[in-house]
Amino acid sequence: MQEKRSTWRETLFRNACLVAVVIPLGLLALLIGDVVADGIGRLNGQFLSSYPSRFASRAGILPGLVGSIMLVVLTASLAIPIGVGAALYLEEYAGQETVGDSLAARAARVWDRYFATVIEINVANLAGVPSVIYGLLGLQIFVRVVGMGRSLLAGGATLALLVLPVVIIASREAIRTVPRHLREAAYGLGATRWQVSRRIVLPSAAPGILTGAILAISRAIGETAPIIVIGALTYVTFVPNNLSSEFTALPIQIFNWVSRPQEEFAVNAAAGIIVLLVTVFSLNLIAVLLRNRLERRLR
Amino acid sequence: MNMNLNTPTETEQRMDVYASSGYPESDDHLDARDRMRTPLTGDTDEEPRPTEISVRGLRAGYGTKEVLKGVSMDIHANEVTAIIGPSGCGKSTFIRCINRMHELVPSAYAKGDVQFAGNNVYSSSVDPVLLRRKIGMVFQKPNPFPTMSIRQNVLAGLTLTGRLSGSEANTIVESSLKEAALWDEVKDKLDEPGMSLSGGQQQRLCIARTIAVKPDVILMDEPCSALDPVATARIEDLIAKLRADYTVVIVTHNMQQAARCSDRTAFFLMGELVEITNTDRIFTAPKDTRTEDYITGKFG
Ligand SMILES: Nc1ncnc2c1ncn2[C@@H]1O[C@H](COP(=O)(O)OP(=O)(O)OP(=O)(O)O)[C@@H](O)[C@H]1O
Ligand SMILES: [Mg+2]
Repeated sequence: MQEKRSTWRETLFRNACLVAVVIPLGLLALLIGDVVADGIGRLNGQFLSSYPSRFASRAGILPGLVGSIMLVVLTASLAIPIGVGAALYLEEYAGQETVGDSLAARAARVWDRYFATVIEINVANLAGVPSVIYGLLGLQIFVRVVGMGRSLLAGGATLALLVLPVVIIASREAIRTVPRHLREAAYGLGATRWQVSRRIVLPSAAPGILTGAILAISRAIGETAPIIVIGALTYVTFVPNNLSSEFTALPIQIFNWVSRPQEEFAVNAAAGIIVLLVTVFSLNLIAVLLRNRLERRLR
Repeated sequence: MNMNLNTPTETEQRMDVYASSGYPESDDHLDARDRMRTPLTGDTDEEPRPTEISVRGLRAGYGTKEVLKGVSMDIHANEVTAIIGPSGCGKSTFIRCINRMHELVPSAYAKGDVQFAGNNVYSSSVDPVLLRRKIGMVFQKPNPFPTMSIRQNVLAGLTLTGRLSGSEANTIVESSLKEAALWDEVKDKLDEPGMSLSGGQQQRLCIARTIAVKPDVILMDEPCSALDPVATARIEDLIAKLRADYTVVIVTHNMQQAARCSDRTAFFLMGELVEITNTDRIFTAPKDTRTEDYITGKFG
């Protein structure tokens, strides 16, 4: 009797889990299916290589596509080095200085730990701040104070700021999984902290760091709010060709088309969504392949 | 073809340096040779040997917990010094204080006088990074770098610190592996991963890696405790040979091992040095009853 009831529960739990998987995946498939059905017909060379237009049939996604790809590259090349650097500092350097017994050495240690704790708490909190706030921050700092204007660079910097906390947290986790005995072996051979960080810790942690960074950055591609706030354009008839150029991005272009009353623009929006999804998936794929190659080389 | 890194002449020269002017005369209390003759805990009538490392009043611990409560002892050049004692008495902490690996543990502290090559290693003029190139370390668990080949592992100390010049790489690999008694077993597969070796071979690889940096002293923290008896015997043979060129300090839980391969043995108990004397004497006629109790297996 007892046994039977527990198997019954087992089955129930299993099915509940299955439902929990099927419902969101099903909804997602439905959504994607619907979008694809609407937009696939519009997806052609003309659409990919044209600029926006008053006429839905002549409009295209080119500036948004190029803008988004450039944004991703910028965001990654700003957020990954800074994020990994911050994580290395927090894990390998902070609170690890000097064994001295002097007042100065003790003060340095206390300060170091205090500083690390403050950073830690802030990083965790920043990860939860809504993206539109980052947009306002980017508008104030990059666009106005630094004077970048409504440029691609300002957009990349703002998105980098947005993903930075997640990159830092993921990198710290990855760094923590590097076994202590490897660090000790390197220190025992007379390596400096930097040499240990650079040649032992970073290579071992790289796959984990990349995984975290990929997830964070592919979220950033779809972000609309922060780049609208900093003033990305919605009607761009040129491809951005340098960092201080004005720009648009896929989600903004899609948003713009969706908000038009004409039916044909809704079709454009659906096609745009397909382009965005494919872009995100292929970026993820590239990154995952890169990571796997790295992992194999390290093994 | 003799591929030894340290030819006999070099070794003699080195010993000579330590015998004549190893330590600054002006420094605080004692002249180096006086120190050597200073009776510590134990024997007085052993022949004077050059002292490589001289520890005085070493206190160390973690946070508020004091593990070493003022240890003073000399470590002689070109000898194997064994450190024995019950678990938790501070043996690892002690040897890690000698090359300042101890301070890598957050919250660790150490103070006292550890004289090596004319300096207190805890004085502000000593760079722990450079010190560790002179006082190398072999750990309990063999820890070759998993991403590196056998050859790369041997050269790791030099490549990590950017000191490898291409032309000498092969010579260093061969001579270090020969000194570590591993060459014959791996000479045909130098590019295979270091982790592909057996545990005992990995430990000898780690010894080769330490030797390649050309240290004066090699510290070993229970280097055989993860190995089977055959692998252990090979490492013990190796330690006996290393004595010709290096000063060796070995922590061990195995009293037979201390008896087999060390010249002098130090017995630690609860963070204090109980006695240090010639190995044959400590096992036959220990001065302190606590040593005797430990050796005869009454505790520990
Ligand atoms: N990282 C650490 N943080 C806090 N306490 C520590 C740390 N490492 C060691 N200790 C403490 O210091 C004391 C001495 O440790 P140590 O490792 O030096 O002993 P040991 O003689 O080498 O022991 P064993 O024979 O088990 O290796 C122990 O009581 C231990 O609990
Ligand atoms: Mg120990």
